[in-house]
Amino acid sequence: MNATATPVRRNLKHPDAPATPFPYNTGSLLSVNDLSVDAVSHLLKRATALEEMDPAERDRLFFKRRVALLFYESSTRTRTSFELAAKALGADTTLVSNLSSSIEKGETLKDTGLTLRALGAEAIILRHNSSGAPWLLEESTHLPVLNAGDGMHEHPTQALLDLRTILQHLRPKAKAVAEDTLAGVTVSIVGDILHSRVARSNMLLLPRLGARVVVCGPAPLLPEIASTEGPGIEIERNFEAAIAKSDVVMMLRIQAERLAGLQLDLDQYKAEYQLTVKRLAQFAPKAVVMHPGPIIRGLELTADVADGPQSAILQQVKNGVAIRMAVVERALTAKGGQA
Amino acid sequence: MSSLLIKNGHLIDPGAGVEGAKDILLKDGRVAEIAGAGKIKPNGSEVIDAKGLTVAPGLIDIHVHLREPGQGHKETIESGTAAAAAGGFTSVAAMPNTTPVNDTPDVTRWMQSPDRGAHIRVFPIGAATRGSKGEAINDFAALKAAGVVAVTDDGHPILKDGIMRETLAAAARVGLSVIQHAEDTRMTQGCSMNAGPTAFKLGLRGMPPEAESSLVERDIRLVQELRDARVHLHVAHTSTAAAVAAVRQARRNGLRVTCEVAPHHFLLTEEHVGMYSTHAKMNPPLRSAADRDAMIEGILDGVVDAIATDHAPHAVHEKEVEFERAPNGITGLETALGLCLRWLHKEWKLPLGRVLSLLSAQPAALLGLKGRGTLAVGSFADVVIFDPNAEWTYRVSETKSRSRNTPFDGWAMQGKVRWTISEGKIAYVSE
Ligand SMILES: [Zn+2]
Repeated sequence: MNATATPVRRNLKHPDAPATPFPYNTGSLLSVNDLSVDAVSHLLKRATALEEMDPAERDRLFFKRRVALLFYESSTRTRTSFELAAKALGADTTLVSNLSSSIEKGETLKDTGLTLRALGAEAIILRHNSSGAPWLLEESTHLPVLNAGDGMHEHPTQALLDLRTILQHLRPKAKAVAEDTLAGVTVSIVGDILHSRVARSNMLLLPRLGARVVVCGPAPLLPEIASTEGPGIEIERNFEAAIAKSDVVMMLRIQAERLAGLQLDLDQYKAEYQLTVKRLAQFAPKAVVMHPGPIIRGLELTADVADGPQSAILQQVKNGVAIRMAVVERALTAKGGQA
Repeated sequence: MSSLLIKNGHLIDPGAGVEGAKDILLKDGRVAEIAGAGKIKPNGSEVIDAKGLTVAPGLIDIHVHLREPGQGHKETIESGTAAAAAGGFTSVAAMPNTTPVNDTPDVTRWMQSPDRGAHIRVFPIGAATRGSKGEAINDFAALKAAGVVAVTDDGHPILKDGIMRETLAAAARVGLSVIQHAEDTRMTQGCSMNAGPTAFKLGLRGMPPEAESSLVERDIRLVQELRDARVHLHVAHTSTAAAVAAVRQARRNGLRVTCEVAPHHFLLTEEHVGMYSTHAKMNPPLRSAADRDAMIEGILDGVVDAIATDHAPHAVHEKEVEFERAPNGITGLETALGLCLRWLHKEWKLPLGRVLSLLSAQPAALLGLKGRGTLAVGSFADVVIFDPNAEWTYRVSETKSRSRNTPFDGWAMQGKVRWTISEGKIAYVSE
């Protein structure tokens, strides 16, 4: 140590952060980071194969296997999509929601998970309002856990179905995906980034396939720190500039339920960030318009944009079932054990 | 009466400026004699041969949560002090956020009753305000007469300017320190970790470092305005670079402002939260690497006055919940010395005497614990005897605490406690 009078920046060794023990089960999908690019490619192929398969044959794949849907937040789209996907593979599904009596009586997530396992559940699809809940459930049960959206954190199957939608439009001939498949593609994600698990999963997944992700929104909904989410992410505050450079424009809903006292002037928000036919025609006439739903017509986008020729919103919904079939298949064929 | 001779040990008493091979005779709960190794004859005393071992003043932790009264499923005074003794501590100062809150002489006396079965000395800290609600100030004179050594609303800040000013002034009049849990809770609603890239990644709401530093700055301003040399502000569990900087400046300005740092804040960062590990959830939260570095710098350059663990036991089932719902805090009494010796001393080269001072002489001085934190003749016979070279692994399965919420399970430790002696009685012996 030198003896200068001023405090020195010391170059010290520190304890390392521990390695993550997750996922405990190779069939789990907690985060898009759990999937290698090869694994993503494989899931996309399986989604197509399962979609094209004869329904009667598909119905025998996982006949009578047991999949539990555990939903602590109301959800129409994701729940129905997962349920139809599991049923299309022949599996039995059971729904436990936050309105179920055990949860209302204060049973912990761990105990609910262990109960479902004891009842014979072989995989659990979890939607939860608290970020990180799927990790707790997986650690508690060691079952394949499929994250159907946790708090403000991640929604991996949404990112996968978004990827499938983007590929259908921009890379229709791609048979597989690799690190450079989306090279040259810019995707803008617009709106309430801070509270969005869809944004986070897409921000982690799309750059790994070569895409550039531009996030756009007002500072209260898009803090500067968002650019540290991962590589290949930039912030553009000007909505028109963002969509002008985008091949895909992904609009997000303002999550009123997570604003936590944040006051937002909706008229000003619409003036600056609403996707209208006029803006689309002027700045992004060729862009694919996407939205994870539920859409609020007249807020983040106008009705004529949602229903317009550039909209891929319903195609996203359809892709959801295919992707979730592939993800449920992965869960039910997993050998278990450490990934 | 009872007497105990510790012979052939390497005595380090930083408070008294003594270091060397010495024999120490303890008699009737006090240090009776110190002489060169081999110079004191047993004369019927029980003898501990401390050859190859370090003999030091028993450690003092001025920030622990013993959970009694009212939360015995997390910890009791008996179990918490057993863990403390195993960690080399002979005195702990117990925070008042119990059930009920320790805001009366009755609770203070109850905590100190021999019926509690404490293995070492427990100094209660009283609540600054009624029910620690930050509204009405308690009777500090009565609390002090019952045995409290400081006042705080720990767990919560004393947020209102007027109440904090009054608390500082009233405590000064009776000679008590005010310990502030510095968190502007208006900035931390719904937050469960430090604000920053990790919180964004994990989708968790983050506590900005300013929530801590702005309150420390406010408190220092109040101390300055009071212009009363008796006023003593102590900042609990300091965790941000800006807060340490504010304390450093206050000291340069001659104010009586002190601070403590917990081992987890000089060792861990927000990255240790990993994938929602509730054993890395505490308040103040684990901060950035720059803040962690500032804690180390503050310890090495002397602005930090004490290492305090903020030992905060919670039952297993309470921590096995969603991260945002989990209670704050980790245990720390059994790991403090091993971590301090492993990192502060061995890795970062802080002299052993200074490490021990931060764990004994300085905290004793800070709270005015007379006869503690030193082994000068006449002091309390509070001694820790440890093997400074022993390397070992902490196993929470062997903890004496009722709780197991530690991020340090399986960590390498330096320096193994062999005996802990509290007021002349052996409180802990290693197997
Ligand atoms: Zn505190």
